Amino acid sequence: MGGTTAFWYASRATGVVALLLLTAVLVLGILVNRQGRLPGLPRFAVTSLHRNISLLAVAFIAVHVLTAVLDTYVSIPLVSGVIPFASSYERIWLGLGAISFDLMLAMIITSLVRGHLNRILWRAIHLLAYLCWPVAFAHSIGSSRDLQHGWLLDLAIACALVVVAAAGWRLASAARQLPRAARVAAILAQHAPHGLHGSRQAHERISR
Amino acid sequence: MADTMRVNPINCTGHGVCAELLPELIALDEWGYPILDPRPVPPSLDLEARRAVAACPTLALKLTRQ
Amino acid sequence: MTMAPVNETVNETVNETVSEATGGAVRPSASGLPRLLPLLLPLVPGVPEDLRVHLARYGRPPYQGGPGHLIQAVEQAGLTGRGGAAFPVHRKLAIVARARGRKVIVANGAESEPASHKDALLLRAAPNLVLDGLQLAAEAIGASEAYLYLHPGASQEILRALNQRAAAGLDWLGVTIAEAPPRFLAGQESALVNRLGGGPAVPTFVPPRVTERGLGGAPTLVQNVETLAHLALIARYGPRWFRALGTAREPGSMLATVHTKDSSQVVEAEIGAPLRTVVNPEGAQAILVGGYHGTWLPAGIVNTLTLDNQTLSRHGAAVGAGVIAALPADRCGLAEAARVVRYLAAESAGQCGPCLNGLPRMAAALAELAGYGHRRQVRSDLERWTGPQNLVTGRGACNHPDGTVRFVRSTLTVFAPEIALHARGHCSAINHGAINHGAINHGAANRRAFLPLPDSMPLSEEDWI
Repeated sequence: MGGTTAFWYASRATGVVALLLLTAVLVLGILVNRQGRLPGLPRFAVTSLHRNISLLAVAFIAVHVLTAVLDTYVSIPLVSGVIPFASSYERIWLGLGAISFDLMLAMIITSLVRGHLNRILWRAIHLLAYLCWPVAFAHSIGSSRDLQHGWLLDLAIACALVVVAAAGWRLASAARQLPRAARVAAILAQHAPHGLHGSRQAHERISR
Repeated sequence: MADTMRVNPINCTGHGVCAELLPELIALDEWGYPILDPRPVPPSLDLEARRAVAACPTLALKLTRQ
Repeated sequence: MTMAPVNETVNETVNETVSEATGGAVRPSASGLPRLLPLLLPLVPGVPEDLRVHLARYGRPPYQGGPGHLIQAVEQAGLTGRGGAAFPVHRKLAIVARARGRKVIVANGAESEPASHKDALLLRAAPNLVLDGLQLAAEAIGASEAYLYLHPGASQEILRALNQRAAAGLDWLGVTIAEAPPRFLAGQESALVNRLGGGPAVPTFVPPRVTERGLGGAPTLVQNVETLAHLALIARYGPRWFRALGTAREPGSMLATVHTKDSSQVVEAEIGAPLRTVVNPEGAQAILVGGYHGTWLPAGIVNTLTLDNQTLSRHGAAVGAGVIAALPADRCGLAEAARVVRYLAAESAGQCGPCLNGLPRMAAALAELAGYGHRRQVRSDLERWTGPQNLVTGRGACNHPDGTVRFVRSTLTVFAPEIALHARGHCSAINHGAINHGAINHGAANRRAFLPLPDSMPLSEEDWI
C-alpha cells in the first residue's frame, strides 16, 4: 500500500536520510567519547559534527513526520510524531518511531541545558542513544516496504553493521579501561616498576 | 568585568578541543591536558572563549566572573 | 621559651614526652608546657584517659549558652588550624556560624601523614579535650550533626570515651564515628566530606568550599583534632592565657612529631621556639620540616631558625602538620626522597591528568637520580615538571601535586651535591664509592629506611573506602 503523492515520497526520502544521519551521529558520539579523530580534521570537528548532525537529523525527522501527516492517503495525526501509538495506521511501527524521536529530543534538550544538569543524569540520558538507534531502525524496517528489499535494505543493513561494530568496539574499550583507583598503580608500574619500596606489577596497559 | 577561564581538572580528560579553538590562551601539556592563561580573557577573545567553553566535550572548561 | 623537658617513656611505636612537673592543678601553668598532653603518669598502651582524671583537671566543658559566643575568644586568641594549613580558626567558625539551616561539624583525626603521630597520641592521651573542643565548636556554629573521622584502630577507645561522656551528660550533640581509609588524601577536607557522604575518600573540585556546601549540601566545619583540643582550653582559660606562649602572629603551642636517628617522638613545643630545642641537629645532614609535602633544610641553618611559619617561610618551608625529621649523615637523602615520592605518587587519587601523569614520572626520575649514573634527560625533566612553568603545581583539584612538587624541588636543591656525587657513581652514605651503574647499592647503612612509609599501595576502589 502507500500513496504516490509528493508528500509520501518526501516522507520516505527524509526517513532514509534521517537513518543515515542517526547512524553517523552515533558513530561520531563514540568517537568523541574515545577521543578519536577523523583523518585530516581537527579535534573540534568531531564534537561539532556530532552535535550539528544530530540537530540536522531532528530537522529531517520533523519534515519526515510532517510530510507523512500532510499526505492524505492515510490518516496520521500530527501528535503521533511524539506520542507513541497515537496513530491507528501502523500503530506499532509508527509508535516505535515516536519513541525513538522522544529519546532523541531528550538527549538533545538535556545536552542544551547540560551545564545546569547533574553530570550523572546527563550521562544516563545520553546513554539512551544505544536504545534510540535500534528502535529507530526497527521503525524504519517495519513501517516501510521500501527498506524491506532492494538496495534500501542493503543500505539499512550496512547502517546496522556499522552501529554494531562501533558499539562493540566501544564496549571492548570500556572493558579494557582501568578504573580510577587502578590507573595510578598502572602508570607507576609503567614508569617506576622497580620501586624502592614495594612493587606490584599492573597487568593492564593503561588506555590513556 | 572580564571573565577568567578555569578548568575542573577532575572532569577534564584531555580532549584538547579547547586548545584548538583558543590557542592564544590555552596550550596543551605533554600529556594532553590544558594549561590556561591565568589572566582575564581579553574582550577581543571573549567570543572565542565562550565557544571553547561550549565545545568542551566534558564541560570541564568554565568562564568565571572575577 | 623552651619546650617541655624531655623525659621519654618508651612505648612501642610512639614515644611521648611527659612533663617532670607534678601537675594535677586544674589550671595549666601560664608559662609552661605541656598544655595538651597529660601532666602526670606515663601513658600505658591501651589504657585511655579516664574521664574522671580529665574532669578533675579541667572541669566540665564551659558551654557558652548559644551559637557565636566562642568565636570572638578564638579570634582574640589567634588560633590557627593544626592540621597543616594553618588557617585562622575563627574565620572558618564565623563562615559556618553565619550560614542558615543545617550545619555539620567534623573532627578530623585522620592523620594520613605516615611520619605524623601527634593526632593519634592526642586521641589516646587526651581524647576528652578533643571531644570538649568538638562540642564547644559545635555549639559556636550551631551544628546539628557531629562526626569524628578516624583511621581504624582508634575507634574502640574513643567509643568508650564517648559513652563515658554520655553517661556523665557532658555532650549536647551526639557524635558519630566515621572511619577513614588509610590513604594520604583521606584527611583532605573535600575527600573527607566525600567519604562521609558514602563515596570514596578522594577530593572533589572546589568551589564551592565545604564551609559553604559540604556534607549533604550543608555548610561543614572540618577541624583537626589538635585544633579542637586547643579550642577547648581557650574556652576555659581565655585568649590571654593562650597567647602567653608562642609569637604575636602565631600564638600558642603545637604538637610536633620529631624523628631522629635515636627515636621518633611526639613533643609539644611553643611556637617560635628555636628549632634546635625541638630537634637535635647533631649528626644530621638535613632536616625535613612539614612532612612529605614539606621542605628540606640544610642542617647548617637549623641553629638559626625558630619553629614558626614567619621564619620558616623565608626558607620556603612551613610548619605544616608538625613533622620534623633529622636525616642522619649516614643515610642517602636521595634514596629516602625517592621512596617518599614514589609513595606520594601511589597515593594520588588519579583524578586529574597532571597529577596522575606527573607524579609517577617524578618518582621514576628521583629513583634514577638515587641510582648511579642517571641520564641527563632526567634532570631536565624534573626541572620542567617542578619549575616555574607550573606544569604540575596548581593543576589538580587539591594540593597533593603542589605539595609533592615542593618536596621534590627542595630535594633537588638541598641534595644537589649528592646528585652530583651519584652521577659520578658515588654516594655519601657509604664510605667507599663503588661504582655500580643502575641498581642502588647502599649496603648496610640503608637497609632500614629512615623516613617511615607504609608497605602497601592502593590498587582498587575498595582501598579508598
